[in-house]
Amino acid sequence: MTWCRQQGQRGVGWLAKARKDPKATSKPRTNLYDQDEAIEKPFDKAQFVRLLSFLRPYRQTVVYVLALMIVLAVANLSNPYLMKIAIDVHITNGNLLGLSLIGLLLLGLQFVVLYCSRQRTRLMSRLGQNILLDMRAQLFAHIQRLSFKFFDSRPAGKIMVRITNDVNQLNQLLTGGLVNLITDIISLVGITLVMFWMNWQLALFSLLVVPLLLLIATKLRRLVRETWRDVRYRNANINANLQETLSGMRVIQCFGREETNLQHFRDLNDDYKNAWMRAMRINMFFGPSVDITQVIGSVVVYWFGSQLLFAGNNITVGELVAFIGYLGRFWGPISDLSNIYNQLLIAMASAERVFEILDYPVDIDDAPDAIELGTIRGEVIFDNVTFGYNDDRMVLQNINLHAQPGQTIALVGPTGAGKSSIINLVSRFYDPQAGSIYIDGQDIRKVSLNSLRRQIGLVLQDTFIFSGTVRDNIRYGRLDATEAEIIAAAKAVNAHEFIMQLERGYDTELQERGSKLSVGQRQLISFARALLADPRILILDEATSSIDTHTEKLIQEALAVLLQGRTSFVIAHRLSTIRDADLIVVIDKGRIVEQGTHLELLGRRGVYYNLNRVQLLQGEAM
Amino acid sequence: MIAGESIFNQNNGSLPEEVLLVRTIRRMLSYAVPYWQHLLVAVVTLTTLTVLGMVNPYFSGMLVDRVLKGGEKQLLLPICGGMLLVALARGVLRYIKGCQIERVGQGVIYDLRVSLYAHLQRLSFSYYDKVRTGELMSRLTGDVEALRVFFSDGILNLYECALTLVVVMVILLKMNTKLTLLCLSMSPFLAWVVFRFDSQIRPAYSHIRRQNASLSAVVQENIAGVRVVKAFAREQHEIDKFARENEKLWERVVYSADVRATYIPIMDLLSGFSSVAVLWYGGYQVIQGNLTLGSFVAFNSYIWSLIWPIRRLGHLVNLLEQALAAAERLFEILDTQPAIASPAGAVSRKVRGKVEFRNVNLHYGSADVLQDINLVVEPGTTVAIVGATGSGKTSLVNLIPRFYDVTGGQVLVDDVDVRDWDLGALRKHIGIALQETFLFSMPVGDNIAFGRQDASQTDIEAAAQAAQAHAFISDLPEGYDTFVGERGIGLSGGQRQRVAIARALLTDPRILILDDATSSVDMETEHRIQIALRSIMQGRTTFIIAHRLATVKDADIILVMENGRIVAQGTHDSLLLTSAIYNDIYQEQYREQERLRDLVQATGTTGGGVVG
Repeated sequence: MTWCRQQGQRGVGWLAKARKDPKATSKPRTNLYDQDEAIEKPFDKAQFVRLLSFLRPYRQTVVYVLALMIVLAVANLSNPYLMKIAIDVHITNGNLLGLSLIGLLLLGLQFVVLYCSRQRTRLMSRLGQNILLDMRAQLFAHIQRLSFKFFDSRPAGKIMVRITNDVNQLNQLLTGGLVNLITDIISLVGITLVMFWMNWQLALFSLLVVPLLLLIATKLRRLVRETWRDVRYRNANINANLQETLSGMRVIQCFGREETNLQHFRDLNDDYKNAWMRAMRINMFFGPSVDITQVIGSVVVYWFGSQLLFAGNNITVGELVAFIGYLGRFWGPISDLSNIYNQLLIAMASAERVFEILDYPVDIDDAPDAIELGTIRGEVIFDNVTFGYNDDRMVLQNINLHAQPGQTIALVGPTGAGKSSIINLVSRFYDPQAGSIYIDGQDIRKVSLNSLRRQIGLVLQDTFIFSGTVRDNIRYGRLDATEAEIIAAAKAVNAHEFIMQLERGYDTELQERGSKLSVGQRQLISFARALLADPRILILDEATSSIDTHTEKLIQEALAVLLQGRTSFVIAHRLSTIRDADLIVVIDKGRIVEQGTHLELLGRRGVYYNLNRVQLLQGEAM
Repeated sequence: MIAGESIFNQNNGSLPEEVLLVRTIRRMLSYAVPYWQHLLVAVVTLTTLTVLGMVNPYFSGMLVDRVLKGGEKQLLLPICGGMLLVALARGVLRYIKGCQIERVGQGVIYDLRVSLYAHLQRLSFSYYDKVRTGELMSRLTGDVEALRVFFSDGILNLYECALTLVVVMVILLKMNTKLTLLCLSMSPFLAWVVFRFDSQIRPAYSHIRRQNASLSAVVQENIAGVRVVKAFAREQHEIDKFARENEKLWERVVYSADVRATYIPIMDLLSGFSSVAVLWYGGYQVIQGNLTLGSFVAFNSYIWSLIWPIRRLGHLVNLLEQALAAAERLFEILDTQPAIASPAGAVSRKVRGKVEFRNVNLHYGSADVLQDINLVVEPGTTVAIVGATGSGKTSLVNLIPRFYDVTGGQVLVDDVDVRDWDLGALRKHIGIALQETFLFSMPVGDNIAFGRQDASQTDIEAAAQAAQAHAFISDLPEGYDTFVGERGIGLSGGQRQRVAIARALLTDPRILILDDATSSVDMETEHRIQIALRSIMQGRTTFIIAHRLATVKDADIILVMENGRIVAQGTHDSLLLTSAIYNDIYQEQYREQERLRDLVQATGTTGGGVVG
């Protein structure tokens, strides 16, 4: 065949190239196959304060932990001082008793340290984990409240990363980083005080090098931050690529894309590795510079110390040794602080992503004065409804529709006409831009979401099966349903028979997405699920498209009984399925072009009539 | 049973735990082998660093004894100068060491990631039927990171600790034997504590990892199923489910912290004992005149070099255990044998399109999915498959590209068993539009070109035209460059299916499989797709699974399936005569058709003169 000639070998090459270099294009790249947005700004005080606000419920613990840290810092700092006394006073004077007393004191301190550090670790881990627990719970609960708009624009993987990775990233800061930060600051302050108290001249000399270090640190800091951002950006790309590869593995294997994918993945990893090494080469300057400044500091102290000593000033050998000891402890925290700053930046980037979700407005929410919708009769009115998923592109225009309680409304029209959008509005998954929807005369924006959706049963095009047993999956419709009710629902939709043929019947464990079942079987289960919920309004969105004619017929018999007394909306392509509906609504390009009963519409010889003719023509050929 | 591939590798179950542990460690370390040069440089520089680290305390001692106490002022300058030089040298060496070891860490995770990725792409459908994406993701990110930390931080630290211990011990023994032995008297207790700590923290970490994976899985499922969650207003139920896993994670993490809180302070205490002992006994010796004050000061600073490695041991054990837990889980993936792979000497040539099923049986667990399938399809034939939900239609066509292996009998393509074909060659010539459409987050055009990246824009558009997708794609904001999100969100079900058909057509397949691929497409569009396919698929073999008889009736062979068997096969006309089931389906659809016609006629419009 000539329809796909082997011409123009480079047709899509430019796209592949453009994908590789994120900066080469100005297109919005938020949801790319292998890219994640890199939200990062310089250190943001407000965000940090907000992060700290998670500590508020645990104020008492925080105070207790701080007290423990101070005790620990003091205990650690008293070590060199006690040594100094031991050397200067007792050893020099040959006072064995005094030496022993100091030994005992040091020993006692060790036990204090033991107790305090144990308590600190226990409390800190609880504190940190409590915060993470709260944060995850808040995030998850918030995400449950977000409307489809949020999910439409984000791959599942990205949302997941926020709840798991980003929160875990904060873990390091909260349980490790903050402890170190506070300990370090306490130690620094303590050491500085002690050094000045011991000998202010020496202290001044030894701290002469600090400005030098600060200079290096600030020079490096910006560079470091930029390179780390690069690293994280590339890491996010790898993760996004992985996520999508795993989800689309079947398609990849169908089309034999393994080699190309692997090469692309290698490229992403190369980028990441190079970015990492670049970041490291700069970051590595910190440690050695701190070390060298430290030795310079010690040398300065030795130098001036010995000058003072020789000049006969009031300074002792023990004092000098103790001083050097403190100086050594001074630099440890300083070099830690540079790491903590990095850690802080990483954590803040994560915090920002977490907050971004927490701040995402709940656009579909109960009104403040929302009322509980009582048991409804099922009257649905669309009053001049205009709706678009984005404000700039309306998919429904001026929809007016009146469904009487108990009526079956069939929605007909070509793919993409807006049928699914109409039913999405009934459950208030989205709010229309203009117009209102009334159920039993009540504007659905004024009732509580829960009381509304509980009375609407929905069977979607894409059936979703949760991991768990078949029973769990059906029971999802009504959590307190009895075994008998579950089986009755399954029987009503003809699912019982095939369920009993499964390995363990209703106890058969299904994996996420239900891969053990055929698509049709999954649909039957979702039918049973919807039925069990005993809704007043039932919505079937192409729910029968993958069920064979025979099964569909059986289901429809069951549904005919079950639909009685319920208002229902049915979307189907097979006209025979919808012929018996009380009201057929024909939609095209977001507008209702015709509505009426089957006979009325045929008589009108419009769009519906033509749809029937095409189908008839195909059938005739049979 | 689909054998040979399981999520958890059970082969090693019989070996004692220690042997397994050693094996895991060895295997983990083997990843560093390609980077031995970098590792060697790092080790050499580190050794020099450690030795140089011993020099400054020596200088301090000398300074105290000879300069401060002895008054040898002329030594002050050289000693201070020496100290600075040593510090400078150490700085440079540390920098080199750092860069080298990062290289090792990055190299290891690069190799590991790529081999995991390559391996995952080789694992067959049956693996993905069982495994949860969220869990895999958490392994591929978290576990790989744990290994990186170990290789770029843990390994050298371990070596440094060991080396420092040895060097300091030698120096201390030379300086003062008794004092050193006193110092080391705590070591047996310390070793015991470290051992106990290790054995308790290891399971604690692996529990945390597993719990993290469960938590991810709950989130993943919740987000993937968000439409169902909202439709049933089950948000609270989901929040409760999440809260349970969340709390479990809390417990596991806090437990591990408690283990650390129990042991690490004890380690510190024991090492603290040493320093107190040295102070007391050393001071006593100075008083007795057996030790100079300078040596005592030097000894004291060396003691710290003895204590910090011991203190760090707890932290290192932590790192090692985390890395081991991570490595085990990653190796589990790597050790999963692909159930389906090309054999040695596989057949690799162009497919003509003959497909044959010989006594094929297939069962999952105890459930028979396919039984006694016998079928010969000559190249260029169109085969339609009809039958009830769950009757085995999809399973049957899944055997042709060898997504699963038969449990009995043979599937042959061009008279060669599919198990003898090179998988790549075989699948390259088979185009498939699956029941469930997955589109990648990239431009629509790229999605269509997924199976043939060298396709030109003309080719892509031709395929889209045939699949009746060109019109709606052209209407998209950026046409073929419009991004379609994960799972093609933004397109309707029918639009996604049409993109998937275009994707299959563009590969120019010798065998085309349409597995209920037009179920969400309206009848009129489907009809047009059918007409387009008829000319495109001339001379090619086509398998069509469908429910509408109008879709299948022109096929050369129609198979009627029931309970995993082909119960009838033939053309539309012959089946009407021979198959009761087919007749039933026909009658049902025909009766509807009749009613439809009656109604149309009743409203005074005849079917005559309609346009196609």
